Amino acid sequence: MAEDREPPPLPGVPEPQDAEDLFVSAMEDAERSLSPEDISSSSNGPKAEPMLLDHDPDDLFAEATEEVSLDSPERQMILSDGPSPAITPVTINPRADVFDRSPDQDEDDEENRDTFDIQISVSDPEKVGDGMNAYMVYKVTTKTSLSIFIRDEVCVKRRFSDFLGLHSKLASKYIHMGYIVPPAPEKSIVGMTKVKVGKEDLSSVEFVEKRRSALERYLLRTVKQPALLKDPDVLQFLESSEVPSHVSYGDVILSNTYCFILKHARCYYHHLDEVFVCSCIKWFEEKQQQFENLDVQLRKLHASVESLVFHRKELSVNTASFAKSAAMLGNSEDHTALSRALSQLAEVEEKIDQLHQDQACADFYLISELLGDYVRLITAVKGVFDQRMKTWAKCQDAQVMLQRKREAEAKLQHANKPDKLQQAKDEIREWEGKVQQGERDFEQISKNIRREVGRFEKDRVKDFRVVIIKYLESLVHTQQQLIKYWEAFLPEAKAIA
Amino acid sequence: FMDIKLFDLNNDASLVIDIPDALCERDKVKFTVHTKTTLSSFQKPEYSVQRQHEDFIWLHDTIVETEEYAGLIIPPAPPKPDFEGPREKMHKLGEGESSMTKEEYAKMKQELEAEYLAVFKKTVQVHEVFLQRLSSHPMFRKDRNFQIFLEYDQDLTVRRKNAKEMFGGFFKNMVKSADEVLISGVKEVDEFFEQEKNFLLDYSSKIKDATAKAEKMTRSHKNVADDYNHISGALNNIAADNNTAFKKHLEKCAEVFEKLRVSISKVEDRMASDQELKLTELLRYYTRDIQAAKDLLYRRARALADYENSNKALDKARLKGKDVAQAEENQKQCLQKFDKLSESGKKELTSFKARRVVAFRKNLIEMTELEIKHAKNSVSLLQGSIEVLKSN
Repeated sequence: MAEDREPPPLPGVPEPQDAEDLFVSAMEDAERSLSPEDISSSSNGPKAEPMLLDHDPDDLFAEATEEVSLDSPERQMILSDGPSPAITPVTINPRADVFDRSPDQDEDDEENRDTFDIQISVSDPEKVGDGMNAYMVYKVTTKTSLSIFIRDEVCVKRRFSDFLGLHSKLASKYIHMGYIVPPAPEKSIVGMTKVKVGKEDLSSVEFVEKRRSALERYLLRTVKQPALLKDPDVLQFLESSEVPSHVSYGDVILSNTYCFILKHARCYYHHLDEVFVCSCIKWFEEKQQQFENLDVQLRKLHASVESLVFHRKELSVNTASFAKSAAMLGNSEDHTALSRALSQLAEVEEKIDQLHQDQACADFYLISELLGDYVRLITAVKGVFDQRMKTWAKCQDAQVMLQRKREAEAKLQHANKPDKLQQAKDEIREWEGKVQQGERDFEQISKNIRREVGRFEKDRVKDFRVVIIKYLESLVHTQQQLIKYWEAFLPEAKAIA
Repeated sequence: FMDIKLFDLNNDASLVIDIPDALCERDKVKFTVHTKTTLSSFQKPEYSVQRQHEDFIWLHDTIVETEEYAGLIIPPAPPKPDFEGPREKMHKLGEGESSMTKEEYAKMKQELEAEYLAVFKKTVQVHEVFLQRLSSHPMFRKDRNFQIFLEYDQDLTVRRKNAKEMFGGFFKNMVKSADEVLISGVKEVDEFFEQEKNFLLDYSSKIKDATAKAEKMTRSHKNVADDYNHISGALNNIAADNNTAFKKHLEKCAEVFEKLRVSISKVEDRMASDQELKLTELLRYYTRDIQAAKDLLYRRARALADYENSNKALDKARLKGKDVAQAEENQKQCLQKFDKLSESGKKELTSFKARRVVAFRKNLIEMTELEIKHAKNSVSLLQGSIEVLKSN
């Protein structure tokens, strides 16, 4: 009983590498295995028999371990019309609806089609009201050709708490299903108070800009999730001219998740699961550990980048200060040519100071803020894994319950109390139903997580690479400017006679 | 950073000094001073002796206190070797050893060794330059104590102690640092010295300020280079992690990140170091040299004051009709001394300006050329990395 069980992954798994890994490790772990023909035949019923145990593994795994690229025809085949022999073990699943082309698969296709035609910008922060009741309103502009939107260009006004409201609605709807919901930007009491109170200084201007930029990134990340893009709350947020209610929906409701234990499938899964469940569990355990590691590493990286931003600002200040000092030295110098050269040096250093300031901005907006976002995203990912664990815990409880009911029924069998017996039988049926429902939900959350994580990993690395390239290009620009300035100065230095 | 030969009064091989080697024993640095000479005043044509920093200071002080050299700009004493930076880093390394990965530890150790080496090189250079300025000056090269410094094959510590006792008396009379009030209070008839005085007083405060600002700037630059080192280390950790999903995407990135460590971090570090060597060290040196020039002005001002006093004394003596001959003698000597100081002072200050201009020119050119070189290097490395990342 204590064996961890879970359904094997379904055909819609978008990360073939994972599928590949799954089968590879299964191949290593498996003592028994399945052959293609037998498995297809069992797709019709829940009676997946132990007879499948003694077959030659090679055919199955040979096919499965072929590398399938994301855009390959094999993949399209996998996604379409139900199971194919290459991914056969999955088809053993007695749930017929599993083979339906679920909405999730639609999303993957849409994503693959790469017609992600939506642009969102957050701009024009405006202060509304006075004193402590004041707030900033931002203009959210959406330009798109997607049909789910009413118009191809729409502007709305939203305030920060509206964004938070949207996020809490999305969180309550999707996190328990295993979707990674991008976290909203953080609140800041200090920052906002300064703005409210009307301090027009540099720090409150910077604060508003920081927030505006973060809100924009948040929306872009949210609509990148196909499931979220179609969500009515998101659409309303982007399109509706009314300010949506920003009442929080409260905590996630986890009502119908039960463990997946099927008596009649027990012995089947006992064997099958050893093979596939082990590796599934392994997948989740590994992934969770990987995200833990990543969290630590990202935080370290973020801290280093914050240090860089700080030191670069310091460098800028010190360069400006040196420039002034060099100018004064040049004035004091009584040798004419050297005096002029020193003044030129001062000018060069001033220009370099400006370069440092610009570079510090790039350091900050390109890298540092992004890393901060990623750290929070990873926390959201970890949250989703935790959700699955909670589901699992409830599973255990339900299983105990079912077992008790069965034991009670068994006792009543000999007690000659027909009413109570019938009630017990009813209860068992009820709990079996609940357990089956739980199985479905648990499958769903696991499947969603695998897909979400796959998408997340792919997107994140893509994002990251794009940002790194941009950042390196900014560094190149800075260095090229430096070359220009120093090359202009060189003849001045040589002119000292 | 200072090529002595550029402004040698006589660029000859009759007395060539260098410091080919140095040892660091605990806190003490032992310099190997190597001399090659054709001068007859030396007993041997070649010497190699061990000297400590304190020996250099002793030599400097004895020269300062020599009356004969009052009209000369005395080469500033080399500053004490400062290993505080590396020592602090070593301490941090020792403390953090348990919390660091093997790679981080090795990297930090490498940084530490590099910094140590840099400080070492700097201090050797500045001690060497001090000796070379003495050897290239027609008067200093003949100094008896200088010769002892170069020749004496034993530890100078004992002699130093004795010398201090001998010279003890002079300390009272010879104020080492310039008294600005005295200098500025002098009624200057000589146009040349009037200009020099105004220039030196103003310039010395400006160059001190510029040195301090340059030091701050260089330190910030090094901090930025350091941060890039940590960043690329952190990126490397992420890319190298056994994270299967990422491995495929980030495999090539790991190489790129390592290259980036070279192209960004190392380059920034070299830029900062070269700026320090060429600019900051230059300013530091000339701050000291300007001070030495001011000291000369001070001595001259004192001599002038003495001369004016002797005049008054002579008048008094004549009035009283007592000790006139003595007063006349005194006055004559004071005048002689003052004239001598003025004459040699003028020469010294003129060649000082020439020397300064040449040194600034040379170092500014070298610094600029190095900055350009490093920046170009950085650009090509960065562009290479961008290509690799884009091609994935």
